[in-house]
Amino acid sequence: MDVIVNNQLKIVSDGSTLAELIQQMGLDEKRIAIEYNRDILNREQFANTILTADDKIEIVNFVGGG
Amino acid sequence: MDELIIAGRSFRSRLMVGTGKFASNTKMAETIAASGSEIVTVALRRVNIDDQQDDLLNHIDRDKYLLLPNTSGARDAEEAIRLARLSRAAGCEPWVKLEVTPDPYYLLPDPIETLKAAEVLVKEGFIVLPYINADPVLAKHLQEVGVATVMPLGAPIGTNKGLKTRDSVAIIIEQAIVPVVVDAGLGAPSHAAEAMELGADAVMVNTAMSVAGNPPLMAAAFGKAVEAGRQAYLAGLGKEQKQAEASSPLTGFLRNE
Repeated sequence: MDVIVNNQLKIVSDGSTLAELIQQMGLDEKRIAIEYNRDILNREQFANTILTADDKIEIVNFVGGG
Repeated sequence: MDELIIAGRSFRSRLMVGTGKFASNTKMAETIAASGSEIVTVALRRVNIDDQQDDLLNHIDRDKYLLLPNTSGARDAEEAIRLARLSRAAGCEPWVKLEVTPDPYYLLPDPIETLKAAEVLVKEGFIVLPYINADPVLAKHLQEVGVATVMPLGAPIGTNKGLKTRDSVAIIIEQAIVPVVVDAGLGAPSHAAEAMELGADAVMVNTAMSVAGNPPLMAAAFGKAVEAGRQAYLAGLGKEQKQAEASSPLTGFLRNE
């Protein structure tokens, strides 16, 4: 199924969790924050959030800034 | 010791440094080390899915530096609040440099949206450091809602023009009950020293360092200028006057009068 990550379509297998998506993308969950359908999640919620089709996920991290 | 205290936390350095626009993360890390700063700002952006870059946080020792996330890119209070909450969720302490800049040409801060966002974030337990125009009345309103500092601009972000807002910043300093941090537009160590001599509690610099030919050397120069300016302020500057006043005795001249 498709989910939308940072405004781009991403294919994930049915029943996969947010934690699995993060792992699949090679991200370190301690360095990012996630908005799942506009709700900000705690890290503890990543593993038990099961993705559904057309979910909108924003993944952000820190970059240089003033 | 003359420490900077923000929201009950002490800092030895009165210089805050931004991490934007450096040629590399290594250069950024060398620069913040040379500055002596203990507070460094960062921005929050979407992870680049296709091309993951070297993580900035690999180069910043979180035990040594307070990571101060900004809300850059926010055009209104709602977007700023969203970014602040995300920064906290990403594992930052609840400190935020609140920036709301709807105008992309001069990046001037929106006073109304900044005040709205500050009010919400303070209630949520954030330590809020708002970036503002040098408006003493706005600074007062923000202090009333409980911000931890006010950060008036010297000149628009990245312009290197110096302390163009000097007179208004002086009024903010005179009336402030929280530390005043001059942010934005300081392009040379002399500008930073000027702000500190005026009585600013700290200054914040990014562009002047990141665009310098030798950023770590420039950072060291800013560090010295901030210390010099602070010491001059504490020492008490002499009053300006119109006519000359001799430094040497006006008696005992070798002449017959």
